[in-house]
Amino acid sequence: MLDQAEGYTTADGRKIGGVVMEMKNITLRFGGVVAIKDISFDIREGEIRAIIGPNGAGKSSMLNVISGFYVPQEGEVWFHGSRRPPMRPYEVARQGIARTFQNIALFEGMSVLDNVMTGRLTHMKTGVFSQALWKGPAEKEENENREVAEKIIDFLEIQHIRKTPVSRLPYGLKKRVELARALAAQPKLLLLDEPMAGMNVEEKEDMSRFILDVNDEFGTTIALIEHDMGVVMDLSDRVVVMDYGKKIGDGSPDEVRNNQDVIDAYLGVAHD
Amino acid sequence: MFYREAGDFKTSYQQDNQTFPIRFDRYRYYVVLAVAFGVVPFLINDYWANAILVPFLIYAIAAIGLNILTGYCGQVSLGTGGFMAVGAYACYKLMTAFPELSMFIHVILAGGVTALVGVLFGLPSLRIKGFYLAVATLAAQFFLVWLFNRVPWFYNYSASGQISAPERDVFGILVTGPNAPSWAVYLFCLIFVTFAGVLARNLTRGTMGRRWMAIRDMDIAAEIIGVNPLTAKLSAFAASSFFVGISGALFFSVYLGAVEVGEAFGIQKSFLVLFMVIIGGLGSIFGAFAGAAFLVVLPVALKLVGVDMLGWATDIVAHFQLVIVGALIVVFLILEPHGLAQLWRVAKEKLRLWPFPY
Repeated sequence: MLDQAEGYTTADGRKIGGVVMEMKNITLRFGGVVAIKDISFDIREGEIRAIIGPNGAGKSSMLNVISGFYVPQEGEVWFHGSRRPPMRPYEVARQGIARTFQNIALFEGMSVLDNVMTGRLTHMKTGVFSQALWKGPAEKEENENREVAEKIIDFLEIQHIRKTPVSRLPYGLKKRVELARALAAQPKLLLLDEPMAGMNVEEKEDMSRFILDVNDEFGTTIALIEHDMGVVMDLSDRVVVMDYGKKIGDGSPDEVRNNQDVIDAYLGVAHD
Repeated sequence: MFYREAGDFKTSYQQDNQTFPIRFDRYRYYVVLAVAFGVVPFLINDYWANAILVPFLIYAIAAIGLNILTGYCGQVSLGTGGFMAVGAYACYKLMTAFPELSMFIHVILAGGVTALVGVLFGLPSLRIKGFYLAVATLAAQFFLVWLFNRVPWFYNYSASGQISAPERDVFGILVTGPNAPSWAVYLFCLIFVTFAGVLARNLTRGTMGRRWMAIRDMDIAAEIIGVNPLTAKLSAFAASSFFVGISGALFFSVYLGAVEVGEAFGIQKSFLVLFMVIIGGLGSIFGAFAGAAFLVVLPVALKLVGVDMLGWATDIVAHFQLVIVGALIVVFLILEPHGLAQLWRVAKEKLRLWPFPY
């Protein structure tokens, strides 16, 4: 089913392409604590890839390695076929990787529209002087990017709150605005850190629909961390399972579900 | 009644992005500009110019500058006085070295020099935040004042250690020196204020402003969406210092005429401008104007009421002023951290619905 070069076809008939991002033997330590131990996996073009595992398994650390917050002590990160040197998060963002955070990290003092527009920053190039003059290149660029931002706003159905300060929004909407900000960057790879944490069933359904739509409509490659097993199994094409910093399973949701190590990690076995 | 968006449809993003989206506001803005340029210069006298209008305009530029740094980019600075001194001394050196150049060029170049110095002293902001950065900028304040006192080159080896502005004209009309007519000084400052306001607004509404605000609101998230914290913070320091430098240059050249650095640009000045920004409203260009107007008018109004009407002693009134400003700072920080600008915003919000609030 999984062909290294060609990719594969999912159960619902979507074509998954070649490898976008590959993690090779990543090891991350904080002092004496080994957060991630010798983990390798890949993310393929157009797929929804889930990273799951019990608390403290190292999932968020993994995401932070991908987005450049942490530099692993060992191992290599390959992005679009070339090895990525250690870089700062903003350089990673410019390569086309966007993410959301587990605890919402929006800019509270700005309106929804401004927040979404910050997502466009990597695409906006005019310098200080044309900005100060405004008329001319700066305004043109602003309007072009506004159009992209408005499309995203439209897509995620947050038109009615576009001028509202983010600090006034309820939790569920904030999550959606954060997704909008990440999407506005038109990323090649979108990382979602627990997009459904703290949501009720309806909000989860909404969010799941948006994630599927994003993947479907824009063909965005998505890697997500999630605790809700039902959501993960329904959404994702392939799943990486981590426990205590190690990879204990990797494959389609069905394969993972029947993996004895995974069952043990979740249900608990006597460690002797 | 006239304050409505209704019927004022925006059909392009350009229209939606304008500074005054409500028609009434737009006209009000043009009226204010027209009065400031076309009416005030004919009515102005020395007292009004020196006591209120010129200091208001100059402090408004300084407050715009500090607001960019503190209000928009979230970097607290106590070095405003020092940066104003840089502007003043740069302007003085330029005026004496190139007497044939226009005053406009001197003032703008002084702003440019201050921007460079600001970037230099902004470097610590990459490592430290909040209170610690405030202390670092405080060091800039004291160091700069000390430097201008101790290095005679800056004051052209004059015996008094002061700098005094030589007479310079713009299109044949004196703007510096004791013989400059007050309307000319006023107009000269007004031109700079208008440009500072427009430039600052343009900078803060677009990409630059969003970068700064992103850094202010959450620097980690800002970095993850592609803001380089180095360039964002340093550009805020540069833009801020540019305006502060212009204000310092004007303060020295057209307002005071002669300056002793410790007195004119001491730590007091830093706090005064900071108070303007806090009372006026952090993160708002209008707030810079409101705060500057408030703190310039307050002592004059107090003197009018206390000394002239109630017959109190001058020193009592002067002390009262400190008490009132101090109390106001506390009140604003507790009740309305976004200052006069927020009150104005709330008033506008109410006005939009008036007289049918439901």
